[in-house]
Amino acid sequence: MTSSKQQSGAGAGLVDEAPPASGVATGSAADRFAEGSTIRRRGDRPPGRHGPGLGLGVVLLYLSVIVLIPLGAVVWHAFDSGLSGFWQSVTTPEASSTLKLTIGASVLVGLINMLMGTLIAWLLVRDRLPGRSVLDTLIDLPFALPTIVAGLALLTVYGPESPLHFSIAYTRTAVVVALLFVTLPFVVRTVQPVLLELDREMEEAATSLGASPRTVFFRIILPSIAPAMAAGTALAFARAMSEFGSTVLITGNLPFKTQVASVHIFNQIESDNVTGAAAVATILLLVSLVVLVALDALQRWAGRRD
Amino acid sequence: MALAYLTFLLVLPVGIVVWRTFDHGLPAVFHALSTAAAVHAIWLTVVIAFYAVVLNTVFGVIAAVLLVRHDFPGKRALNAVIDLPIAVSPVIVGLALVLVYGANAPVGGWLTDHGLPIIFSLPGMIIATVFVCLPMVVRAVVPVLEEVGDDQEQAAATLGAGRWQTFRRITLPAIRGALAYGVVLALARALGEYGAIAVVSGRLVGRTQTVTLLVQERYQNFDQQGAYSAALVLVLAAVIALLISRALRPKELVR
Repeated sequence: MTSSKQQSGAGAGLVDEAPPASGVATGSAADRFAEGSTIRRRGDRPPGRHGPGLGLGVVLLYLSVIVLIPLGAVVWHAFDSGLSGFWQSVTTPEASSTLKLTIGASVLVGLINMLMGTLIAWLLVRDRLPGRSVLDTLIDLPFALPTIVAGLALLTVYGPESPLHFSIAYTRTAVVVALLFVTLPFVVRTVQPVLLELDREMEEAATSLGASPRTVFFRIILPSIAPAMAAGTALAFARAMSEFGSTVLITGNLPFKTQVASVHIFNQIESDNVTGAAAVATILLLVSLVVLVALDALQRWAGRRD
Repeated sequence: MALAYLTFLLVLPVGIVVWRTFDHGLPAVFHALSTAAAVHAIWLTVVIAFYAVVLNTVFGVIAAVLLVRHDFPGKRALNAVIDLPIAVSPVIVGLALVLVYGANAPVGGWLTDHGLPIIFSLPGMIIATVFVCLPMVVRAVVPVLEEVGDDQEQAAATLGAGRWQTFRRITLPAIRGALAYGVVLALARALGEYGAIAVVSGRLVGRTQTVTLLVQERYQNFDQQGAYSAALVLVLAAVIALLISRALRPKELVR
């Protein structure tokens, strides 16, 4: 795509303003960002290195057409009837009940994931259990499995025809279970690498100095994995807030009872209430944005502590 | 406790769904999958996933090179925007596309008038799929690109290699494994997309119905054999993708 040495006029203009690419490619993106552009001079550009011109143009166009303009349109249409219209749309009894359920269930799902995800990560890293690699692969299954199939699977086991004679279908428990299924890998996959990197000599030193396993965990292990636990929990929360497919079959989508925000938006689209759909969607987008910004801040904070 | 949690949440449901598929034996599964609607749904899903993954692979490589090898104003913002699709509800993706490319919207209306309807037809379904699997390739390639550094690329450039030649001979071989990993992740996501497709497709049986939509439609029409058989196809695709991605996962992540 960036096939020749040519650069468009606009691209070349951008290059003049931009700090030239540094020759140092090691270190994290954040490190390079923190160095600041003042350190680098225009002459630093290595031979053969081109500015971001054409590639940047392609990437921006692609993102605009597919992501930014459509999402912008959602926020725009949310205010079709002004601020009061927006407020009315998100405070109808159905909308406010669906938002409360979604936020409440997502917080609960985040917390359960924080606990169970860390436990599973511990199991995978520290316990020598047979079949560990199978288990390790299995953890990613909820990422690979289509959400509608996840919902169907849960309905088969915990639905009206449950072979275990245990049905949670069409209840709020079903909402939580469906969300737990699709968010399972997040905390495991963020905590696992940190546990692997952990220096065990510190733990051994603490133990030989008389620390109980409890003290070792709370004073040495927990502080190291806490940022990863928080990041995984935030991701799981964001995913739970936006989940749709897995809840469709097992929750029955009962208004005021089991209808999550995404299903509510879907129903509003189907009944041609686009403004109402866009208003609730804007609230969800806002929550996602806050989570992403918080994650970014968390990563920088954790990076600085290293 | 963790094992019991995994068993009841993950292993049991997926296991039983596969087992239930064969309640009436293998011929019933074949029969359910050979109906005209099922064959069309499978074909359509493969076509959509193919286009979406090809587009995102090209985009992903360009974006990754840009993020790792260049500095420009707004780089952090770009980085954040690429992650955005992970946090956006698929239904909102569908809504967003309908609002811009629907027949009633300015852009979509103009395109429809000129013989290129986007929503309720193939282009819209491809765009929706591109949206949801946008970050996969970028996120797989970026760490490897950072890891290998650009010494060799600089050496090649010093020796007179052009930009494209340097990319094809030096950069591409270095990121090959990570690229394949990202492509498999994107493919798995693309095959299984449901929410965004449900909104933009109009769910027309035999025309814009993908396999995930087929599962839902069959189940709600009390055709359990049809629903389970279609789900089996998706489970198999997911398991294959999982195993391939496992083998391809960049080495520093596998321990």
